[in-house]
Amino acid sequence: MQSSISLSLSSPSITRSDRTVVDAFAANNSLTPRSLRFCGLRREVLGFKSVSSTQLVASSKRRQLNKVLASLSGNGTPTKGFDYDLVIIGAGVGGHGAALHAVEKGLKTAIIEGDVVGGTCVNRGCVPSKALLAASGRMRELQNEHHMKAFGLQVAAAAYDRQGVADHANNLASKIRSNLTNSLKALGVDILTGVGTILGPQKVKYGKVGFDESVITTKDVIIATGSVPSVPKGIEVDGKTVITSDHALKLEFVPDWIAIVGSGYIGLEFSDVYTALGSEVTFVEALDQLMPGFDPEIGKLAQRVLINPRKIDYHTSVFASKITPAKDGKPVLIELIDAKTKEPKGTLEVDAALIATGRAPFTKGLGLENINVETQRGFVPVDERMHVIDANGKLVPHLYCIGDANGKMMLAHAASAQGISVVEQVCGKDHVLNHLSIPAACFTHPEISMVGLTEPQAREKAEKEGFDVSVAKTSFKANTKALAENEGEGIAKLIYRPDNGEILGVHIFGLHAADLIHEASNAIAMGTSIQDIKFAVHAHPTLSEVLDELFKAAKFKVNNSSPVAEPVAV
Amino acid sequence: MAHLLNTSFIPSSPSLRRNSIPSSSSLRTPRKPQIQAKIREIFMPALSSTMTEGKIVSWVRSEGDKLSKGESVVVVESDKADMDVETFYDGYLAAIMVEEGGVAAVGSAIALLAETEDEIVEAKSKASNLSSPSSPPATLEKTVEVAAADTVPSPPPAVKATVAASSVHPASEGGKRIVASPYAKKLAKDLKVDLSGVVGSGSMGRIVAKDVEAAAAAGSAAVSITAAEAPKPSGAKVAAIPGIELGMVVPFTTMQGAVSRNMVESLAVPTFRVGYTITTDALDTLYKKIKSKGVTMSALLAKAAALALVKHPVMNSSCRDGKSFTYNSSINIAVAVAIDGGLITPVLQDADKVDIYSLSRKWKELVDKARAKQLQPHEYSTGTFTLSNLGMFGVDRFDAILPPGTGAIMAVGASQPTVVATKDGRIGMKSQMQVNVTADHRVIYGADLASFLQTLAKIIEDPKDLTL
Repeated sequence: MQSSISLSLSSPSITRSDRTVVDAFAANNSLTPRSLRFCGLRREVLGFKSVSSTQLVASSKRRQLNKVLASLSGNGTPTKGFDYDLVIIGAGVGGHGAALHAVEKGLKTAIIEGDVVGGTCVNRGCVPSKALLAASGRMRELQNEHHMKAFGLQVAAAAYDRQGVADHANNLASKIRSNLTNSLKALGVDILTGVGTILGPQKVKYGKVGFDESVITTKDVIIATGSVPSVPKGIEVDGKTVITSDHALKLEFVPDWIAIVGSGYIGLEFSDVYTALGSEVTFVEALDQLMPGFDPEIGKLAQRVLINPRKIDYHTSVFASKITPAKDGKPVLIELIDAKTKEPKGTLEVDAALIATGRAPFTKGLGLENINVETQRGFVPVDERMHVIDANGKLVPHLYCIGDANGKMMLAHAASAQGISVVEQVCGKDHVLNHLSIPAACFTHPEISMVGLTEPQAREKAEKEGFDVSVAKTSFKANTKALAENEGEGIAKLIYRPDNGEILGVHIFGLHAADLIHEASNAIAMGTSIQDIKFAVHAHPTLSEVLDELFKAAKFKVNNSSPVAEPVAV
Repeated sequence: MAHLLNTSFIPSSPSLRRNSIPSSSSLRTPRKPQIQAKIREIFMPALSSTMTEGKIVSWVRSEGDKLSKGESVVVVESDKADMDVETFYDGYLAAIMVEEGGVAAVGSAIALLAETEDEIVEAKSKASNLSSPSSPPATLEKTVEVAAADTVPSPPPAVKATVAASSVHPASEGGKRIVASPYAKKLAKDLKVDLSGVVGSGSMGRIVAKDVEAAAAAGSAAVSITAAEAPKPSGAKVAAIPGIELGMVVPFTTMQGAVSRNMVESLAVPTFRVGYTITTDALDTLYKKIKSKGVTMSALLAKAAALALVKHPVMNSSCRDGKSFTYNSSINIAVAVAIDGGLITPVLQDADKVDIYSLSRKWKELVDKARAKQLQPHEYSTGTFTLSNLGMFGVDRFDAILPPGTGAIMAVGASQPTVVATKDGRIGMKSQMQVNVTADHRVIYGADLASFLQTLAKIIEDPKDLTL
């Protein structure tokens, strides 16, 4: 089976579509690491069994016990003539994932961090935002009298303490950060404090500003410096009334009316938080529709559930050309211009504005000029193996870049997977990560998740390569568990090849969608066909049956002459 | 399955649209076309077994377009998904009856399909005669315009002008720009409130949700006393007000639209009226005595009515569903007040329990708030019995239309010196006023109303209880 639906990871076509995905994300500028999957807690618990990484890198050989023991006994011994085998610049989720895998592989590893361990995800991204979403999700549920009544429950007026909610987010970040730090220390990874700069091939210096700098030599270097919120010009961020996600996660105040510039993942999640806590929200989106980057059908349904019934309005096809923070009793002023004609499109006066227009790579001070590497819009150019490419289009030996800094797929777990892939390579095993198997999720209520191609992307690819695409859909309305939870809103959508059963993409909108996607992403990563996975058994009654039904709804071509109509979910 | 679901174009029987189809048979089979019917109705299809109504997401084709069989015409949103709906016939899309964003019941007509170009006009006129059961806002507005054209020009919406001028939002450029919060805008659309006529009470004068709710409620509250306002010499007044062009067609304001709807709705309640003449000499004397303490005649009348209601709880009841009625737990007297361009009914809550002085102070506060358009919903929407007084215009008698959801409304005329014969055979001069109560006969019968009026007359003619 495997051979018949080989994913041919390195084929140029896949790479091309891969780029498309990245471009779409980059255009929408709203990706941020969103998952805890590789954050410290879980890895620490798992110890060195490393089940997940084994699957991820599709390692064919079982690891030998002695290697595990070697890594347990501490950081390996460096290759002759070098201080380290591997130096990772940046201790975010990507760097952390790479470091753990490197130690496991017996490499002497150091990680350089100029700020706090954990990076954006743990300190200013997915982790604290999940805490806010958990609190606000409950708030939303308790406020929904109709929903409660349907359960036969009566709830007296629900209220929240802003500081309490903010503390929950902050405490969670601290906890995850210490877990992450401890897991590195326990493995004996050297945590070097300061800003890391590449001096030349295999030579890195680090040190705090104003202190002595140290120079170290290393066999290989991974850049994993991540990203920062990007703020378009004309927007003045004061951190109080005009804020980025960094500030918003501290939840220092809940404005009556907040404008969110950008309706991608970050904007959408914050709209979920703010509306649950009582704010009204205005989206400002440069593209002609909300939620760009999502499968259009999912986006449409999500808009119907997450936007329309809530206290949210929106302006599409407009740029916020100028945003002035509130001062002297005046509100935050947002000047809007048409995204195409640049004509003025009015002014908004709001209590606060959240800039969620995406994230910019953080590659300043890396010393890339020392090795003749030019960034592209700030991103470090890499090939499909995360190998850094210099200004002449040549590979820079022993230098890799993973995560947000290369912009391939700006997700925490993608960075970690890329890091593991690089470690595999420096250990002499060729490995190319299939980005199409990396899931993404948006933790609204209900959640949105996806893996692989969107329907338009799949159809475009199908046209180029001459195969047919079919779509199957199932509704959460038909799922017992979802109905028991009174959460029947949602669909799952499968995009596949009716000729060979290859899964091209799966998109889920509904209760716990973020947890449900992994069955599909694993199938894509493993190259499992629908014909095979449809025989897998799912516990009843669980939400996972939504996917079970989805796989079973797929129709295949017996032979090429009989066309298969698209099944319609009703 | 798809082809079964797309049975949108059900040819019409030439007479009328069908309201709905049995919801149990979701997969209805297309009806056979009648060859003589050349204008066909396009129906809202049943896209799923649970679908009872559908929303028009977008019209793929526009009026006048030529369609051929199998083409997508409209995208319909069901309770589950959006679906393209195809035509089963060739023809011209003659008239769209439910605009984008509008909702229509399954089986109701959403557009007309003409077989030939010549029939488009005919179809259009047919479309204007048919109106879909739950038309979208756009269609409603059109209907209103048509209606307005047929009636006497109404005065322009005075509320709008006054209010816009008083908008204080610094960035609203003197009322030219409307600054309203997202939810306020959403509510305004749902409740059909014109935001340019709403004063913002939010931060920096922005319009927030409760302002819209207040405006909408003011609109419907106005209904209750429309009858009372009717006797005003509106025709003469209209001519006297500058800036009104005779012959001009003025679309309804939100408030007028609400009044219109509720007026029609009130016809569903079987009402009857009983009048009574009450001597007010004692009340007038009392009023003169305590006027200096801030007591108003409205408060006195409200108090008197409340005390009478205590003894006749059925008069304070309400019937909403036609199957049962509620004895309201408190006696809340709503009193009609004319404000610029409309009416509102501030409510004196627990008027039977609150003493007359507090009641008078409360009344003054409510009137001030009403003028400033700052009444909160509970201050104008919780009345259980309504008072309408046109005595100050010299009106001696009138009758009022019962506000939906209440049991009775009392119309109070002017108190006038009248020559009366007394029981002891003498003739004398007494001040008398006529009251006329309109009540819901489903719950309040003639005898109930009569005995209530008798009690009220006793209280007013011997008003010592009013000051207790």
